[in-house]
Amino acid sequence: MRTAFLLAGALAIAFGQSAIAADTIKIGFIETFSGPTAPIGIDARNAFELALDHIGRKMAGKTVEVIYEDDQQKPDVGKQKTEKLIESDHVDFLVGYNWSNVLLASLKPAVDSKTFLIAINAGPSQLAGELCSPYVFSTSWQNDQTPAAMGLYMNQKGIKSVFLIAPNYAAGKDRLGGFKSTFKGTVLGEEYTVWPTQLDFSAELAKARASKAESMFVFFPGAAGVQFLNQYVQAGMRGQIPLYTDSMVDELSLPLQKENALGILGVQQWVNDLPNEENRRFVADYRKKYPGLRPTFYGSQAYDAVPLINSAIVAVKGDLSKKDEMRAAMEKADFKSVRGAFKFGNNHIPIQDFYLQDVVRDADGTLSLKTVVAVVKDDQDRFHDKCPMK
Amino acid sequence: MGAEKTGVSRTNMLLVVEQFLNGLQFGLLLFLLAAGLTLVFGIMDLVNLAHGSLYMMGAYFAATFVAWSGSFVFGIVLALGATLLLGIVLEIVALRHLYGRDHLDHVLATFGLILFFNDLVRLVWGPAGLALPLPAWLTVPVQIVPGVFYPAYRLAIIVVALAVALMLYLVVMRTRIGMLIRAGASNREMIGALGINIKLLYTLVFGLGAALAGLAGLMQAPILTVQIGMGENILILAFVVIVIGGIGSIRGAFVAAILVGMIDTLGRAFLPDLLRRILSSAAASTAAPALSSMLIYLLMAIVLVARPEGLFPANRR
Amino acid sequence: MTSSFNLRNAVAAIVVVGLLLLPLFSQATGNVFVLTLFTRIVIFALAAVSLNLIMGYGGMMSFGHAAYLGIGGYAVGILAAEGFGSGFIQWPVALLASALFALVIGALSLRTRGVYFIMITLAFAQMAYYVASGLSRYGGDDGLTIYKRSTFGGLINLSNRVQFYYLCLFCLLGGVFLVWRIVNSRFGLVVQGLRSNEQRMQAIGFPATRYQLVCFVIAGTMCGLAGALLANNTDFISPAVMYWTRSGDLMVMVILGGMGSLFGPVVGAIVYLVLEEFLSQVTEYWAMIMGPLLLLIVLFGRGGIMGLIGRFSRG
Repeated sequence: MRTAFLLAGALAIAFGQSAIAADTIKIGFIETFSGPTAPIGIDARNAFELALDHIGRKMAGKTVEVIYEDDQQKPDVGKQKTEKLIESDHVDFLVGYNWSNVLLASLKPAVDSKTFLIAINAGPSQLAGELCSPYVFSTSWQNDQTPAAMGLYMNQKGIKSVFLIAPNYAAGKDRLGGFKSTFKGTVLGEEYTVWPTQLDFSAELAKARASKAESMFVFFPGAAGVQFLNQYVQAGMRGQIPLYTDSMVDELSLPLQKENALGILGVQQWVNDLPNEENRRFVADYRKKYPGLRPTFYGSQAYDAVPLINSAIVAVKGDLSKKDEMRAAMEKADFKSVRGAFKFGNNHIPIQDFYLQDVVRDADGTLSLKTVVAVVKDDQDRFHDKCPMK
Repeated sequence: MGAEKTGVSRTNMLLVVEQFLNGLQFGLLLFLLAAGLTLVFGIMDLVNLAHGSLYMMGAYFAATFVAWSGSFVFGIVLALGATLLLGIVLEIVALRHLYGRDHLDHVLATFGLILFFNDLVRLVWGPAGLALPLPAWLTVPVQIVPGVFYPAYRLAIIVVALAVALMLYLVVMRTRIGMLIRAGASNREMIGALGINIKLLYTLVFGLGAALAGLAGLMQAPILTVQIGMGENILILAFVVIVIGGIGSIRGAFVAAILVGMIDTLGRAFLPDLLRRILSSAAASTAAPALSSMLIYLLMAIVLVARPEGLFPANRR
Repeated sequence: MTSSFNLRNAVAAIVVVGLLLLPLFSQATGNVFVLTLFTRIVIFALAAVSLNLIMGYGGMMSFGHAAYLGIGGYAVGILAAEGFGSGFIQWPVALLASALFALVIGALSLRTRGVYFIMITLAFAQMAYYVASGLSRYGGDDGLTIYKRSTFGGLINLSNRVQFYYLCLFCLLGGVFLVWRIVNSRFGLVVQGLRSNEQRMQAIGFPATRYQLVCFVIAGTMCGLAGALLANNTDFISPAVMYWTRSGDLMVMVILGGMGSLFGPVVGAIVYLVLEEFLSQVTEYWAMIMGPLLLLIVLFGRGGIMGLIGRFSRG
């Protein structure tokens, strides 16, 4: 009886998986849908769905089917879900990976199985360098680039000293490394916090204050960013040490940071007010489809994954076995991105512009992000030489 | 050069004072969590892994009631009441059937409760977690020492937790019910023989423990987190605290909690700098929090081997 | 009494045959996933068998058993990262490291009893977890990808799923056999005697701690082997595998299957992991079913699944 139940269960799993239909394009989408950073995953999913709507949910005449999985922000879970999508669901494309550590853990199963992977946010230096793969493309940027651009900007402003804080995982280390590669002043302190559990930054803030640095450069995505900014203001440091940020202020965090975020500068390759036509449609339609919500840069990168994949499918007229042709089509980056036109480097990381963003009050009083100036144009990551691909 | 040096060491002193206060704050939160755990363990001999779930429910209730009522204080009070009620219901429905059983049965059953609560929260509130924003009057920095600003809310946590600790002390030491609790911790059969309504006493004690756990959960909510599974990390620390302090002893829980809170906070604050002399910055920052956590477990292991009843044993039979 | 004995044996036999035939089933249906799933189940079953030795038979409630999964796994991972890809080096190191760790913490922990023993084994496991988290060179919390599985000089190819599955199954059956021999030996009888009445055994003249320690070390080493297998299976190792909730999972598998029964942990591991996989496809909220289920088993289903089978057939 018990064994019968077990056997029945095993059979149910075996036959439960859907038959591999040749008429659909299966995409596995892995993001974080639980815990405090779930809003990021939800934003990415929203944008991805919107992009699919915009192309009528068909690529080269075939219906697109998406399977969403939650990586719970954990590398081992992300890897497990990646393997499930490849082995059990037989997806044609993997899209997602917000966190660099999750991506690094999930690379091997994707590459080994020759499944195309579009990384929509994570940009670890290893991916741009020695771990680059013909099957992996990024629609975001390499982690070092945004802080490097901020470093350039801070040089321009003549800032002489800085205190650095970032979370202790692959992306955090990349960001501070990127900052140090361009900043010409003195680094008076470099603190890494426990990721993702540490949300109490009083120790690091106290050390920053004690160092008497002229400025602070800080990277904290998601909920940690909200907490950090609020604690920074609560500790009375706003007037004392100006804060320059990376990934800390976006449309998701603004409603929680409120006035604390006014005047806080950041650097991004996409801001919601970029003037190209594709972006205007994206932002307007997003706000229509999801009332009360605005897209973030996470969403913009997820959105771009759809035309990228579509360009490949269209090029091979839906014949997914022609992987080399698909790759060649994607490498051309021949689609309208919401950030404006860009090219891919040899390592499939975009070569693109980076903008300074500020937080201001709209005419109607709402807080929003505004593009100030392009800090650097056609910027390529500094690891592309380590990538063996041409 | 000399003046600059004293300037730097003065800021270091201020840094130490600030970290000391942070350690105290964390230790006091741990105490609130550990007090309930040690009471339940000491009196009912129940290993309750689901104590962390009560901590989580306190935070979720608080975020919900504060948002619903629009008032921070009123929402908090409602949340406390709700957690107390939840604890009582849990005891009556599920946990009282476990009294007298093997500790392993407790572990398995309450582990199952953890799974259940995590999914229940996900069902009711969704997977994303909640936020509990502070009212404006609690977000101001308070200048406790010239030049050192400490957030008002964290001071409030310290004050409230100390007040609760004091109240707990007075209740346990100075009231009749406290005497029953102390008697129960040291000799369970005796109070039964004295004709006291054991069932009611147990339910009340469990409810008290639940309320304390809920208070800890809701107090840290505005500055830390309200999310699924938030109890699991801190629960293990609470167990460490009660083992070091002595099972059944509130005084032991207090001392041990402050000790653990200090080691954890001061370790995370100052170990990276020490390690940076031999390791790179990133490596030091990876090793330091791990090292300070290890110190806590090492302390518990030493206590267990050298003095298994803990620092302040409750004079068990 | 003979009928319950036969039924439990029959269940065990069916399970073994089923596990042996699984790769054929997988190839026949073209379902690779079921093979991957059961490889993982078999590895955890080995870990559960090792825990059952000390918990079920020895009465030692160790809440830190998942630490050995990590030690075995990291031995493989670290050596692989440093260029030592041969299984002939990695696996003995994994076993040795696990044995040493078990020896040290066993010697210290066995000075305590009851809930204190539970807590101290937990403490040591958490320490192992934090050591792994602190190793920046090997990824820390991000974990460590293992690019090539252990090589055995052409004897066996671990990248071949079927071969790897049979290797894991061989280790599991070997583990069960070893436990069977230990339990039925004079040594095993002493250990079980210690579980039921330690004072009496000591009065008779058996040095309790020494016997328990040997048992502890054997169990730790066996679990270290499971760790080495796990690292190869997932091509990845991270501190998460040692976190205390994973030790809790192992305990659940043992208790669910039936403590102190030979095949109990195997059945427990299969049921727990299949339920987890199966239920999570049926409903997102599978833990809401699993949680109270565990509670009910504790309250009513003494002796776990194997116990229920025994009672059912006797009834």
